[in-house]
Amino acid sequence: MDLKLGHYNKDGIEVVDVEGEIDVYTAPRLRELLIDLVNKNNYQLVVNMEKVEFLDSTGLGVLVGGLKRVRAHDGSLDLVCTQERILKIFRITGLTKVFGIHDTVDEAIAAKKSEK
Amino acid sequence: MATVEVTFTPLPAHVRTARLVATAVARRSGVDESLLDEVRLAVGEACSRAVEAHQRHCPAEPVRIEMTDQDQRFVVTVSDHAPTAPARPAAPATDNGIHDGAGQDHPGHDRAGHDRAGHHDTDRDGTGHDGTGHDSIGYEAIGHDGGSAFPAGFGLAVISGLAEDVRVLSTSSGVSVRMSWPSTAAAS
Repeated sequence: MDLKLGHYNKDGIEVVDVEGEIDVYTAPRLRELLIDLVNKNNYQLVVNMEKVEFLDSTGLGVLVGGLKRVRAHDGSLDLVCTQERILKIFRITGLTKVFGIHDTVDEAIAAKKSEK
Repeated sequence: MATVEVTFTPLPAHVRTARLVATAVARRSGVDESLLDEVRLAVGEACSRAVEAHQRHCPAEPVRIEMTDQDQRFVVTVSDHAPTAPARPAAPATDNGIHDGAGQDHPGHDRAGHDRAGHHDTDRDGTGHDGTGHDSIGYEAIGHDGGSAFPAGFGLAVISGLAEDVRVLSTSSGVSVRMSWPSTAAAS
């Protein structure tokens, strides 16, 4: 499988683990998962990109779409990513200013907690 | 004379194949390891763009990617046959610097500070790469499943941030996106 998805709840925040490549072919699955989570009233999301090997603009679009959806419910979608090659596309597109990007899942969760 | 040419039916599943082939040929051509991620990403964007255009206009037509090594540059051209609106005259200087056919200057694409070791000038984020509202080439909207989060031209804006040299040729019979990277260790 090019893309592996998993999710679990931690401290009231839904963490999505993504592994593999997010591109035009695989991104729809991530999109469906994010839609599904929001439909089930999960509005505080953390997407863990640490095992993502490839991300293109389609993947970015899915993340932006997810962000818009949770924001419609006053929620948030943060990312965990320390990989430079993945951060590169966020930088090129200016999206580092749009997403909260953290070094670990725990840090992302802590950041959300302290916002409250 | 193309070194490697691949044609593939316009399916999202094949974009990864094109990425892998392009990266392999780039490596063989002597493109620096630190640039291969950019090659992979840029080629992927160009192929995704072409695939989506074909799916909308000519789903039976294959997309073509040609890879050549010439003049110490690794050159990739991704061509589609999706008819577009007639190309508008070159836009007044836009930050992402994409030109119709001829230009390779990228005023908004500042490579200063781009250390080949992989560190990036953090000023690059956001500045000079306005992915929004860029429709000066007259392309149709790039639609993703259920609608795109980004406006038309976003994929090209991303490509222009990844390759020093990007030329987009838009005619009524199709679009070709030509990108190149230095292919010798001596290139700066």
